[in-house]
Amino acid sequence: MDDYIIQLIDVHKSFGAQRVLRGLNLNIPRGRTTVIIGGSGSGKSVMLKHMIGLIRPDQGQVLVDGQNLTVMNDRQLNQVRTRFGMLFQDAALFDSMNVLDNVSFPLSEHTKKPAAEIHQVVAEKLRLVGLPGVEAKMPNELSGGMRKRVGLARAIALEPEIILFDEPTTGLDPLMSDAINRLIMGTQAELGVTSVVISHDIEGAYKIAHNVAMLYQGRIIAQGSPDQIQANPDEVVQQFIHGRAEGPIEVI
Amino acid sequence: MGWTRPFELVGRGFLRVLDEAGELLLLLVQTALWLIRPPFRFRVLFKQMEFVGVKSINVVILTGAFTGGVFALQSYHGFSLFGAESLVGSTVALALTRELGPVLTSLMVTGRAGSAMAAELGTMRVTEQIDALYVMAVNPVQYLVLPRIVASIFMLPLLTIIADFVGIVGGYVVGVGLLGINSGIFIAKIVEYVEFSDISMGLIKASFFGLIMALVGCYKGFYTTGGAAGVGRSTTQAVVLASVMILGFDYVLTAIMF
Ligand SMILES: Nc1ncnc2c1ncn2[C@@H]1O[C@H](COP(=O)(O)OP(=O)(O)OP(=O)(O)O)[C@@H](O)[C@H]1O
Ligand SMILES: [Mg+2]
Repeated sequence: MDDYIIQLIDVHKSFGAQRVLRGLNLNIPRGRTTVIIGGSGSGKSVMLKHMIGLIRPDQGQVLVDGQNLTVMNDRQLNQVRTRFGMLFQDAALFDSMNVLDNVSFPLSEHTKKPAAEIHQVVAEKLRLVGLPGVEAKMPNELSGGMRKRVGLARAIALEPEIILFDEPTTGLDPLMSDAINRLIMGTQAELGVTSVVISHDIEGAYKIAHNVAMLYQGRIIAQGSPDQIQANPDEVVQQFIHGRAEGPIEVI
Repeated sequence: MGWTRPFELVGRGFLRVLDEAGELLLLLVQTALWLIRPPFRFRVLFKQMEFVGVKSINVVILTGAFTGGVFALQSYHGFSLFGAESLVGSTVALALTRELGPVLTSLMVTGRAGSAMAAELGTMRVTEQIDALYVMAVNPVQYLVLPRIVASIFMLPLLTIIADFVGIVGGYVVGVGLLGINSGIFIAKIVEYVEFSDISMGLIKASFFGLIMALVGCYKGFYTTGGAAGVGRSTTQAVVLASVMILGFDYVLTAIMF
């Protein structure tokens, strides 16, 4: 049962005087969907970037399949990164390239597929995220939600083993959110992908997660199946998942 | 305590300069290492060559023509005091090929392309596009910095050739056309005094300036922080630093080569 693909062990990270992660421990089970919840600004995106070596911890270890990312050189890191896909919170599309070039970028970088085949894959992925036929558009011609979905298409283009999603459904309408949640569940079920999803959508999280973890004050304070999280007696957890302004978490 | 303050300030400024020089050098070394490691991205390189080179032609022609013309006008006034108008052509040609061609071309292209490099990479940095490259296992130094530097090293000498030529034509138009210097003498003196080494040294300087421009532009862009305001700051700093370095290294290179 203890098959963890990513492990964060006692991770500390500060920006100047601001201590964002303070001894964080988290294990991501292989082939499952883990949803990270936590307040805005609590360090979820920072934590996610540690998992792919974009940010190095001040202290602690980040293991992917037991290999420590924090001591790797560029070449070794690249090797590990080819196993990942990532959707950034603000999509991070290349704004000098159209949608086709954006989504095909990882394909043309890391496969030897001929152009026609790549175009087919791109069309297929765009259809999956509900954006068929937008290949020729530039990122600045898309709405925020559309950009996010193009980012999603790019993240899954190579069918990676591990996908990190930073708020995949934020900014989408309820129907589209549901469709994206289904997509995440679908890729997990079909391809056995490991997904790590940051989400503010608690209901959606219950639906897609095998495992929910809550980040608070730089640590994971609760982790477990959706049922376990809902039954968690911790007041902080209860306040957060029920979205109450009063309680131990100071909101304003 | 008070009396140490000026020393502190000078010391800190000096350390910052050293720091920056170190980082620039580091980026240069990284880029050089990528030069010999595949994949070689010719498409990206050609796009940069077009951007740095082809798209700068107009501004370089304009600069060259006016510089040559004004220089002919100025030196004519000087030389006519002691009847040496015949030397106007060779003076214009020597000044252009050795000095004004490479330096003015580089400064103009820095304003156009060096600033754009800083702005583009800076924007990519603050919108996490550079992080996205890392995530997709593509090294941004290799993908973004290397092609810009190589393109600039190649294109600046070519632009300088254009500036030299157009400048001399500009000098001819003013000197022969407006001031009435004998056309044959104007050209003969150029042929007599300008040596191939004058031109080639100028071109070597130009590619060195191209390296400076692209390296500084990419460096400032690559390490941008602080959103849109940060991008603006990087762009300004890139133009100022690159221009100052071009002028400084111009002196050093001239002292070494000529
Ligand atoms: N590069 C950085 N430099 C300085 N501070 C940073 C940096 N990145 C993040 N931070 C700080 O770290 C804290 C956590 O940021 P993070 O983006 O991880 O929050 P988050 O949990 O993802 O929030 P949200 O749900 O709003 O996206 C914030 O207070 C932010 O100011
Ligand atoms: Mg975030």
